[in-house]
Amino acid sequence: MVMEVNIVVGGAAGQGMETVMNLLGKGLVREGYDIIYTKDYMSRVRGGHNFSRLRIGAGRSWSTAEPIDILVALNEETYNLHRHNLVPSGRIIYDPEQFELPDKDDRAVPVELAELAKKAGNKVMANTVAVGAMLVLLGLDTAAVEQVLREVFAEKDGVAEKNIDALKSGYEKASRFCRACFTMPPRNEGGKKLFIDGNQVLGMSALASGCRFMSAYPMTPSTGIMNYLAGKSNEFPVVVEQAEDEIAAVNMALGASYTGVRALTATSGGGFSLMVEGLSLAGMTESSLVIIVGMRPGPATGLPTRTEQGDLGFVINAGHGEFPRAVLCATSHEDAFYRLNKAFELADRYQTPVIFLSDQNFADTYRSVEPFDFSRLGYNRGIAGEGEFEKPYKRYRLGEGGISPRILPGQFPGEVVLVDSDEHDENGNIIEDAATRRAMVEKRMRKLEALAEELDEPDIFGDPHPERLLIGWGSTYGVLREAVDALSAAGMKTAMLHFSDIWPLPKKRIKELLPEVRKSYCVENNASGQLAALIRRETGFSIDGFIRKYDGRPFLAREIVEEVEKDA
Amino acid sequence: MLRAEDYLLGETAWCPGCGNFAIREALAEALFALGLAPHEVLICSGIGQAAKMPHYIRTNGFNGLHGRALPPALGARVANKNMKVIVESGDGDSYGEGGNHFIHNIRRNPDIAHFVHDNQVYGLTKGQASPTSEQGMKTVVQVDGVSIPALNPLLVALVLGAGFVARCFSGEKEHLKETMMAAIEFPGYALVDILQPCPSFNRLNTFGWYKNKVYFPEIKDSQDWASALELAGQWGEQIPLGIFYNRPRATFESSLNALEGEPLAYRPFDPRRVAAVQDEFL
Repeated sequence: MVMEVNIVVGGAAGQGMETVMNLLGKGLVREGYDIIYTKDYMSRVRGGHNFSRLRIGAGRSWSTAEPIDILVALNEETYNLHRHNLVPSGRIIYDPEQFELPDKDDRAVPVELAELAKKAGNKVMANTVAVGAMLVLLGLDTAAVEQVLREVFAEKDGVAEKNIDALKSGYEKASRFCRACFTMPPRNEGGKKLFIDGNQVLGMSALASGCRFMSAYPMTPSTGIMNYLAGKSNEFPVVVEQAEDEIAAVNMALGASYTGVRALTATSGGGFSLMVEGLSLAGMTESSLVIIVGMRPGPATGLPTRTEQGDLGFVINAGHGEFPRAVLCATSHEDAFYRLNKAFELADRYQTPVIFLSDQNFADTYRSVEPFDFSRLGYNRGIAGEGEFEKPYKRYRLGEGGISPRILPGQFPGEVVLVDSDEHDENGNIIEDAATRRAMVEKRMRKLEALAEELDEPDIFGDPHPERLLIGWGSTYGVLREAVDALSAAGMKTAMLHFSDIWPLPKKRIKELLPEVRKSYCVENNASGQLAALIRRETGFSIDGFIRKYDGRPFLAREIVEEVEKDA
Repeated sequence: MLRAEDYLLGETAWCPGCGNFAIREALAEALFALGLAPHEVLICSGIGQAAKMPHYIRTNGFNGLHGRALPPALGARVANKNMKVIVESGDGDSYGEGGNHFIHNIRRNPDIAHFVHDNQVYGLTKGQASPTSEQGMKTVVQVDGVSIPALNPLLVALVLGAGFVARCFSGEKEHLKETMMAAIEFPGYALVDILQPCPSFNRLNTFGWYKNKVYFPEIKDSQDWASALELAGQWGEQIPLGIFYNRPRATFESSLNALEGEPLAYRPFDPRRVAAVQDEFL
């Protein structure tokens, strides 16, 4: 039996589900539990229906799951929407002064959230009361969360103490209904894992990759990266500039990159649309640049706070003209930290733009992960020193491999660096003659060959001799692993092939594996099957099965398993 | 020993009689007079005839996209605060396509000298109206004459709080050179709108047209915003030239703690030394 506890906390925007989950999540991770916590929120600041899922699982929890063991209904709508997914042995925490359950239900844990919070000092602490109630149901004490509260409110006099009172009052009240009414999974050694969301992983990776400048225009779901780096800008030598628009953002980053720093911009599909001319400029000027595109459902404004994998084809093909680029993507928190560093490294070494694809599902999901190993990160700028370039310096000097020595403006007295969006000669000066044009096109495109060699083949997981193959990319990594485990447990020989470096498409494993399996499925969070189309275009293989989801919500493992079982 | 001619580079693609020639010479002389070596200067430009300047002046150059000369200039200032950054572009590039960046960089006030070659017409695309074209001017597109009033960039700049606002004329080269020097030395965003004839596509605002109208008013107090507004607004039989406003305020760079010390571009880095940054997530 899989030991796990699934919690859903729901309410209107503004009721503070985030506070609840951050407190509980951090407390649980410190106690040694593996968790995953995802947000399902609407594009509004007040009202509507928002909820968060938190799963406490044995080993690594890769994705959230149903059914629900504990439902915290901060309003009646939450109860009505989720009651049907509650297990018979589950519990419902709610405020009886807000609403009453329509029928008698043994699972009810009425806790006067607002009233108890008010007694502790302020009714805004109702969420803390709810956390206390959850802790007792889970059979935990309040010590770890108390410590988190002391840290969070360290600079606010008396606030931590009041919150601790609120926490204890929720704990005490709920204990009258049940104590330790769930079987908790085994613990790891406590206090050794990070509790972190996807955007924070990317922001921290950028910082640790030596990124010195980020220009961006806030756009869900990527804004968290900008928030993270800006929060570090007084402590570390990094500048975050909120641009007037995404066009400015990408062009600022290009200017900073040209002048010598690792530069970053981040956006979502709509903002990236505005950046596309700048992307083409990066290709022409051979500029190192990393662009993070956090996908959300389009077209146009789409579903701003929800998830999709709908921009793969777009980012691979975006930009007028032909130029080399790499596209890498976020698969798991563990991997993305190192992979974004790889994006910076490739951008510098190949003097070309690298797009890093994330999505709302990855960006907003918190997980417990092992601390990262910073010694695995690279900082190789590919900038020539004295004696490493021919004088007079020519920015686009032709040579083997298409990568010209790069120096910085101002680095060497007597040498200047000229870059140009027009076609140019070795110096960077405008030209129109056919021979130079040909030479420059070939120089740029030649970089793609070596770049392709740098990309990782897709990850293989599951049965060594599979009959069924699930193919995916990006943030579906965890849910696919769980689906593979579930299918294998049910006796179906299944494996997964999962891409994290996706352009230029690594082809070796696809070509080896596809002829060996009876049936393969491309599992994608989009309607048209963009990876399947890319594989067909690049390898000639048609993937015969597909599982697609495009309602703005991430996959649940169960949904994938059911689709595969239909065929069995 | 460097000479002013050493800043000139290559064969230009400009029409005979173009105001760009004098602007280019004035810029070379200004850089020389300031003792700035080519590697210490960066010229950012967009697209247009004026925007070809990085190809004709020997300094570092970033010839980017149409309308997008200011954003890379800002990024460059962050990366290397010791770099003298100049933006050279036309009226269409700076005030039309790049209007949003014009507005917001005045607010930011980065240490950038912005030299706008203002010929009141689109030259590279052969004669359409620009944001500064006079109302009524007939063009291949505005066949009944430009129907909307011209943009006055100096008034816009003053109202948004620019610290250095000047107007020059390519036919007054010595004045142009001195104004450029003052703008380059000015700590903050400095706008120099340079009137210039376009002999090929602007038959209205010719060299003679400008020559007959421009004059040098006596500017008693260049820190007086109200007088600056009045001079900037004068456009008719008489067009004043000069530095109308010259009053530094806090720069963009001065607000950035990260810029203290060595330029960011030249600081060493080792990822292992920042590993403690993850402790907050424990």
